[in-house]
Amino acid sequence: MSQDKSKPGTSTVRQLKYREALNEALREELQRDERVFVIGGGIGQRGGSYKVTVGLLDEFGPRRIIDAPIAEASFTGAGVGAAITGMRPVVEILFVDFTSLIIDQIVNQAAKYRFMSGGKGRVPMVLRTQGGSGNGLAAQHSQSLEAWYYHIPGLKVVMPSTAYDAKGLLKSAIRDDDPVIFIEHKLLYMTECHVPQDEYTIELGVGDIKRRGDDVTIVAWSNMVPRVLSAAEKLAAEGIEVEVIDPRTLVPLDKHLILESVKKTEHLVIVQEAVRRGGVASDIASVVQAEAFDYLDAPIEIVAGKNTPIPFNVQLEKASVPQEADVIEAVQKVLHL
Amino acid sequence: MYSRQFLEELYRTLYTIRVFETECIKLYRQGLIIGYFHPYLGEEAIATGVCAALREDDYIVSTHRGHGHCIARGGELKKMVAEVLGREAGYCRGRGGSMHIADIETGNIGANGIVGGGIPIGVGAGLGIHVRGGDQVVAIFFSDGACNNGVFAESLNLAAIWDLPVVFVLENNQYAVSSPIEEMSRIPDLHRRAEGYGVAAHAVDGNDVLAVYEKTKEAIEACRNGKGPVMIEAKTYRHGGHHVNDPGLYMPKEMLEYYKARDPVKLARERLATQGQCNEGDIAAIEQQVVEAMEQAVEYAKDCPAPSVEEFLKEVEQN
Repeated sequence: MSQDKSKPGTSTVRQLKYREALNEALREELQRDERVFVIGGGIGQRGGSYKVTVGLLDEFGPRRIIDAPIAEASFTGAGVGAAITGMRPVVEILFVDFTSLIIDQIVNQAAKYRFMSGGKGRVPMVLRTQGGSGNGLAAQHSQSLEAWYYHIPGLKVVMPSTAYDAKGLLKSAIRDDDPVIFIEHKLLYMTECHVPQDEYTIELGVGDIKRRGDDVTIVAWSNMVPRVLSAAEKLAAEGIEVEVIDPRTLVPLDKHLILESVKKTEHLVIVQEAVRRGGVASDIASVVQAEAFDYLDAPIEIVAGKNTPIPFNVQLEKASVPQEADVIEAVQKVLHL
Repeated sequence: MYSRQFLEELYRTLYTIRVFETECIKLYRQGLIIGYFHPYLGEEAIATGVCAALREDDYIVSTHRGHGHCIARGGELKKMVAEVLGREAGYCRGRGGSMHIADIETGNIGANGIVGGGIPIGVGAGLGIHVRGGDQVVAIFFSDGACNNGVFAESLNLAAIWDLPVVFVLENNQYAVSSPIEEMSRIPDLHRRAEGYGVAAHAVDGNDVLAVYEKTKEAIEACRNGKGPVMIEAKTYRHGGHHVNDPGLYMPKEMLEYYKARDPVKLARERLATQGQCNEGDIAAIEQQVVEAMEQAVEYAKDCPAPSVEEFLKEVEQN
């Protein structure tokens, strides 16, 4: 399904989980570049809450796999300072919700340093975190906050939906010279797909067509991708062929891929888990209407989270974020069915 | 004990900061500098003493009141004036201004518009040294105001648990913008807080450049030997308000008079005469050189072109 030129068509089909693919990306980059180090809460012996850093402490030692106190603002700031002075830190914040505590260091410091220094300074830092709902973790551990970082000039925002993408994108993020906000999804860690043995990277800013179709384009990222793909299968049974575009990185955004697809299908649905208000979906819609208005056969549909904190009760939680049925309904609406 | 040359260099730096700030305030009054401008007048001995004790490959982290740090670290007056005038030839190509001057080449990680914002960044520079190995040191300048920000406590702890080579230089000018420290902290001797984190801390007369230099030298020595971090609280007093447009009416006259009588530039000048055996003519010659250098910097910067709007828009389009 993936359109990556870099993906070799080998016959060795090795399946890896999303979390294992991330672990492998970190291990490879730690081996490749001694300036890389990892810092976060409980990432050492414990291996991280989602087991992404398992085994790294044993291999690379406590100088490069650093367990930090619960002092998010300062250990993130320490990442910024280390990056400015030539290192390539990967900072892990356990939940994207907790990035509220590091906003100054990310927004006022990391994002602006290159610009404010007249282009001479660089902050080659990756902030790894995870977000999203679906585990009954309630309002302070389930948010989708990518729009905060999407909004800030100077940051790149990456949200992989598969193990394959996660690995290739994390490696590129670590090698990037600018601060990258790398947002994983808690429901994706145990999902798996083919991840080749051979080394590969995925360029930031290059989206992927996860499914080809001629009738309607759906743009989705992170955990909305599998949900949309599953909806697409059901729609295919009704004779509706959906093209699913996963931008993979929201900044830089692969506008070209989205616009080309919309020009072909003439219908667009954008699906985001984050709350509707002020979201990335609205911005993508504004780009498409400005640049491909004449191609559209129907108003763009946005399927998004409700404007609410994520509730604890499982039924309420489901009702607050897009489900398969919401996607199917939106597709039928843009197709005037 | 100190060579004449060393005392001359210290005085030259102190006097350069004094002249830079004084001349820039004039430019501000003429409307040539806009925005916020936080003079370092009265605090010159701290940056000068600390930076004199550092090695070329060490780092400093500065603050919103950062011109003195930049100069003491070897920053170029021409690029500094050009920056505060918003010119392309400035340190930040006119995109940063007074509060954001960074000079990566001299290890000046940069000033910061956020009070306390630079403290964790400095700790990170220290962490980088720790990961790489080597005996570089980071001096983090911050103020009494920053001590009441959460990152101060967090950062002190991080530096402590990882034994980082960081000298925390607390410039206690006794005001957080306009709030007197005794109203903002039950313990105005802020270095006492360090003990709670297991960090050695020392108080020093922030108006005495040699006292600052000596204490910093000891602290750096400890850091290079893996016995960091160390905190130094240098007590001082601003010669005016928080920024150039703040008349500082909340600052008691007798305090201001007390500290102006202990003016760090004046004290260093006296030292140069007595310990450095410099006569009035020699000192006046140094001062004349500084004044001329500043005049040249101002002339240069005034002639420098502003940044190109077209070029800026082209750069921005790629974002």
